[in-house]
Amino acid sequence: MPPTDSVLAAPLGSRKRIHTMTFDAPESALAAVRRLRSEGFEIDDVHTPYAVHGMDEALGLPDTRLGWVTLAGGFIGGAVALSFQIWTHAIDWPLVIGGKSPLALPAKIPVAFELTVLFAALSTVASLLVRRRLYPSFSPEPANQPSPAVTDDQFVLLVVERDAGFRPHRFHELARELGAAAVVEGWRVL
Amino acid sequence: MSAAAHHAEELVLGKPSFGQVTAEIAAPMERRPGAFWLLAFLAAFSALVLGVVLIGHTMWKGIGVWGLNRTVGWGYDITNFVFWVGIGHAGTLISAILLLFRQRWRTSIARAAEAMTIFAVMCAALFPLIHMGRPWLAFWVFPYPNTRGPIAVNFRSPLLWDVFAISTYFTVSLVFWYVGMIPDLATMRDRARGLRKRLYAFFALGWDGGTRTWQRYEKACLLLAGLATPLVVSVHTIVSFDFATSVIPGWHTTIFPPYFVAGAVFSGFAMVITLLLLTRKALDLEKYITDTHFEKMAKVLLTTGMIVGFAYATELFIAFYSANRYERFTFENRAFGPYAWAYWTMVTCNVVVPQVFWWKRARRSAFLLFVASCLVNVGMWFERFNIIVTSLHRDYLTSSWTYYRPTLVEVGILLGSFGLFFTCFLIFVRVAPVVAFHEVKLTLAEQKETAHASH
Repeated sequence: MPPTDSVLAAPLGSRKRIHTMTFDAPESALAAVRRLRSEGFEIDDVHTPYAVHGMDEALGLPDTRLGWVTLAGGFIGGAVALSFQIWTHAIDWPLVIGGKSPLALPAKIPVAFELTVLFAALSTVASLLVRRRLYPSFSPEPANQPSPAVTDDQFVLLVVERDAGFRPHRFHELARELGAAAVVEGWRVL
Repeated sequence: MSAAAHHAEELVLGKPSFGQVTAEIAAPMERRPGAFWLLAFLAAFSALVLGVVLIGHTMWKGIGVWGLNRTVGWGYDITNFVFWVGIGHAGTLISAILLLFRQRWRTSIARAAEAMTIFAVMCAALFPLIHMGRPWLAFWVFPYPNTRGPIAVNFRSPLLWDVFAISTYFTVSLVFWYVGMIPDLATMRDRARGLRKRLYAFFALGWDGGTRTWQRYEKACLLLAGLATPLVVSVHTIVSFDFATSVIPGWHTTIFPPYFVAGAVFSGFAMVITLLLLTRKALDLEKYITDTHFEKMAKVLLTTGMIVGFAYATELFIAFYSANRYERFTFENRAFGPYAWAYWTMVTCNVVVPQVFWWKRARRSAFLLFVASCLVNVGMWFERFNIIVTSLHRDYLTSSWTYYRPTLVEVGILLGSFGLFFTCFLIFVRVAPVVAFHEVKLTLAEQKETAHASH
């Protein structure tokens, strides 16, 4: 049966239509994600007020590789600090201070350690911001945020409709069965 | 299991809903400031202005207006520096180390403690800067291509290590604090209207609460905590190197790094307790910052206080056992010389006072907590004063023995640093959520799960 709204009836082609399903409690949202996915519905994302543990697994998201960025940043920081100290003190302008070898490594460890941590921390945060496209803007409503209540107390599922495979009937049945607080049809077309 | 549930239930009182959490924590920012806030701000800001004027005076006249002399070259300035850096450490301990140990009780207090870290490190950085005498040349401490010929930075000096340690610590703490706040700034954005909304939107970086974002975000916070943990230990270790790598009796001690780190945690927790007692009272946050939080912090205070006491005893024993007459003299002079008053103030405040926290009733009494934490702050300031001044004032040449007295300018600048600290903190509680919405909501959800599981 076609959806009642004529706007929704237009074929999507390569685009997708997003419906939202809102829940009041984290455990209902988690249960809904598991149920909808097991029935073959595609879920784009779930917007929540805090990091609901287990949601990423329920959505089948792969683990992030952020740790590798941190590791690389740390290595670069340490290498930069060590080589800079060796270059200035032992190669470019060797100075003997207190009778110690200009190359003496122990004295170079504190600065190398600090820069390792600094580079690792900054690259971690930079990676988070770049990969999730978090950047300053005065626009008060982020385009991807289904409702301002997701930063307060609502848990919103974004369910994807494509031309093939979406069953509007079943979608509504499940919303009732799972106890959704609200459903918005065709919130966005991407 | 039931013990765990009981334990968890006390962290947020009254089982508020998620919506209530948002409304109650945001309320102090959304209403007009009360009389308590206004009075506190007036006092703090006056102290800050006094400090700025006296720093201006110092810059104009030179640091000759301080009580320093040829024998005692480090006085109030460096004492204040070490004191403030130490204060900062509790913030990182609460936000990072307790996160790694999965201590849920950190959630309500972590944000305020991190803010304390940032402001304390700002106060700390101020003192070496003005101690230079020509702060406009402060950039000379950084290695950059210059025309001063061989006068480049010396990477073998602990003072230069300090530059790197403090600036890294400040940067990483600031980033960690800000990243932790992004989701909460988004909550504020979604509550606010008009210009406030746009400003919160600017700093919330378009946060939309998607699971992909949360997943990376949680990982990033965990990684930052893992990085901040060794960092915080390294910072006070390096601060202690400023003394320990010298050859001054009383400074040249291998015990310094752990002793300084323990002292930093001790003084920092004292300051967190003082600050949070006032914040909780002023912002009506009794539901979120509970007696259980204070009880746990009092236990940390008791433990670190005893570590510090043990370090004092070790120092005395090693000075005796070394059979080195200079070492022995320095410690005898510290405890019984002209600065004995400062030494025994330190011992009383740091070793005797925290013993009151063996009693549970003391750990849960706001009055006793407030008095004891203030006294510990005094004691820890004197610890640094003792280490610095009593080790210097009677050196190898009796002809250069002296007694260091601060001038009113130095006392005023110390007061000014408190003014800076409290002004920043008071502004912070008006513009950003003092308690992390998203972390409290997570704690609340876990609390519910534990309660379910136990029934």
